[in-house]
Amino acid sequence: MSAAEPRTPVVEIRGLAKSYQRGGQSVAVLSGLDLDIFPGDFLALMGPSGSGKSTLLNLIAGIDKPDSGTLRVNGVDITRLSQSALAEWRAHHVGFIFQFYNLMPVLTALENVELPLLLADLGRRERRERAELTLSMVGLADRSSHYPSELSGGQQQRVAIARAIVTDPTLLVADEPTGDLDRVSAGEILHLMERLNTELGKTIIMVTHDQRAAEAAHSIVQLEKGAIGLGAGDGR
Amino acid sequence: MFLRLVSRNTLRHKLRTALTLLGLLVAILAFGLLSTVVDAWYAGAEGASSTRLITRSSISLVFPLPITYRERLRQIDGVSTVTTSNWFGGVYVTPKNFFPQFAVDGETYFSLYPEFILDDAQYKAFMRDRKGAVVGRKLADRYGWQIGDTVPLRGTIYAGNWEFVVRGIYDGREAKTDTNQFIFHWQYLNETVKRLLPRRADTVGIYILGIDAPDRAAEISELVDAQFRNSLAETLTETEKSFQLGFVAMTEAIVVAIRIVSYLVIFIIMAVMANTMAMSARERLPEYATLKALGFQPWRVGGLVFGESVFMAMVGGALGIALTFPVAEVFGQAMGSLFPIFHVSIGTVLLQIACSVFVGLVAGVVPAVRAGNVRIADGLRAVA
Repeated sequence: MSAAEPRTPVVEIRGLAKSYQRGGQSVAVLSGLDLDIFPGDFLALMGPSGSGKSTLLNLIAGIDKPDSGTLRVNGVDITRLSQSALAEWRAHHVGFIFQFYNLMPVLTALENVELPLLLADLGRRERRERAELTLSMVGLADRSSHYPSELSGGQQQRVAIARAIVTDPTLLVADEPTGDLDRVSAGEILHLMERLNTELGKTIIMVTHDQRAAEAAHSIVQLEKGAIGLGAGDGR
Repeated sequence: MFLRLVSRNTLRHKLRTALTLLGLLVAILAFGLLSTVVDAWYAGAEGASSTRLITRSSISLVFPLPITYRERLRQIDGVSTVTTSNWFGGVYVTPKNFFPQFAVDGETYFSLYPEFILDDAQYKAFMRDRKGAVVGRKLADRYGWQIGDTVPLRGTIYAGNWEFVVRGIYDGREAKTDTNQFIFHWQYLNETVKRLLPRRADTVGIYILGIDAPDRAAEISELVDAQFRNSLAETLTETEKSFQLGFVAMTEAIVVAIRIVSYLVIFIIMAVMANTMAMSARERLPEYATLKALGFQPWRVGGLVFGESVFMAMVGGALGIALTFPVAEVFGQAMGSLFPIFHVSIGTVLLQIACSVFVGLVAGVVPAVRAGNVRIADGLRAVA
C-alpha cells in the first residue's frame, strides 16, 4: 500500500461496517475496515465470494450506505450525503465499469457515452464533441453509430469505459470488468485501463477474481470475511 | 436525448407496443362512439329552441287535443305563433325503415322551424299539393327520393295505405338539425280520418307555440295550462327542451348503462396498459439502476417510464380519435334514423384526450415510482 507516502489519500476509509439482513438475521459483510487509496492508484480488490469486495466497491462508489464508519473522498464524507446529493456526487466523481457493460441497448455507442454528460452543464454540441473524443480515445470512433447489440463484448466494454471517463471523474470503479470477456478482449480492456491509469492518472478501484487482471493493478487488497486479509500487497 | 430514450424504449418491443396501441386505439374509439351515442340520445333536446313551447294533453302524449284550442292559444299573451304536429307512425315498405313522420300545419310550421332550410319554390309546391310532403336531406339521400317521387306509407295509428308526393327537401341550418323527418299536411290526414274515423277527426297531437320572450316561458306555460284547466282535455305546456328530455328520461337507464360501459372500457385499457408498463419497467430495472449509478436522480429515471406511458397513451389516443370520425360516420349511417344526429362533438374529443392522458398517467405512475426507487445494488445484480 501507499500509506507511507506523504500524499493525501483520495479515498479515506475508517471503521467502515456494513451488514445485511438475510432470513431475519443480520449478517456482517464489512466490519471496522480501514483503507486509504491515493490519487493515481490502480487498486485490485480480491477475495472469495462473500468477502465483501463488491460491497466495499459499492460503498466507495456511493451507491450504498454503510452502517457505521466514515468514507471520505477528496475530503467529503459521502456517508453523510443525502440520496439526492449522493446521486449528484456520483455524477461528478465516479465512473462505473460493470461486468456486463450495462449499456443502454436503445442508444448508439456515441449516445451511450454522451449519456452521463446530460447531467453536466454542457451544451448539446459540446456534449457531442466530448463524447466523440472519448470514444476515439478507446479506439471506437468508427463504431459511434453502432448499437450495443452490433458490437462485440470487448467493444461494448470499451464503450462502457468511454462512458465512465467522459465526465473526467475522480474515481473509476470497475466490478469484474473482464469477467464476461474472452482472453484477448480481457487483455485489451486491461491494457486500456492501464493506459487510463498511467497516461491520464486515473484512480482505479477494481473488483476482480481474475489473477491476470489483478496483476495489471498497482496494488491488491485481499478481503476476507469483511476485513483486509494478509495477502494485501503490490500487484506487480 | 431523454425524449429519444423514451421514444426508442417505446418501440423496443414492437409487437407488445403495437398490441398495446391497438388496445388503446380500440378503447378510445369505443369511448368516442359510445359518447357520441349518448350525445345522439340528447340531440333532440340540444337542438331545441328556447322560443318554442310544446302543449300536449296533461294525461299523456297519446291523447290528442282538439283543433279548436288553436284560436284560444293564439290569443294568450306572449304567444306569437301557433302550429300543430301529429305523430303519424307509418311504415315505409318494411317496419325496419323507421323514420319520424309528422302531419303538420304547413302554413305555420316552417315559420316556427327556421333551422329547416327549404327552397321557396319547393315550399310553394308543397303548399299547393294536398298530398305533398317535405323530407329532410338525410332521409331523402337514404332512400334516394327526389322531388316528384311518390312515397307510400302503411298507416299503423291511422290505418290504410297513404301516398305522398315529395315536393320539397329541406336542409339543416346547423349540424345538429334533424334532417331525417318526413313532414306532410295535417289537412290531408284530417280529411281522411274524418271520412274513416270521424270520432278521431279534428284533433292534433301537440301544439307548438312560438314565443318572443324565452325568459317568460314558465309564465306563458302557466297561462296556457290555466286556460284549459277543468276542461275535457287539460294541457301540459313545457319548453321544447323539457319535452325532448322527457323522451330521454324514458330511456335514462340505457343512457346510464352506455356511460358506464364507456368508462369501463377506459378502466380496462388502463389496467392492460399498467400491466404493459409494469412488465417493461421490470425488464429494464438493471438499466434504471445503471442510470441511477451514473447519477441520474430518481425523478429522472421514473420520468423515463412515465414519459413512455404517456407517450404511448397519447399516440394510441390520437389514433383512436382520428378513427372516431370515419367510424362514427359509418356507424351513424348504419343506425339510420334511430340516431338522426350522429356527430362527434368537440366535447367528446376533449373527453377522449382527457381519457388518453389519464390512462397514460395512471398506468405509468406505479412502474415509474418503482423504477425511480430501485436500489442500485439490487438492480445491477438483476443483470447477471
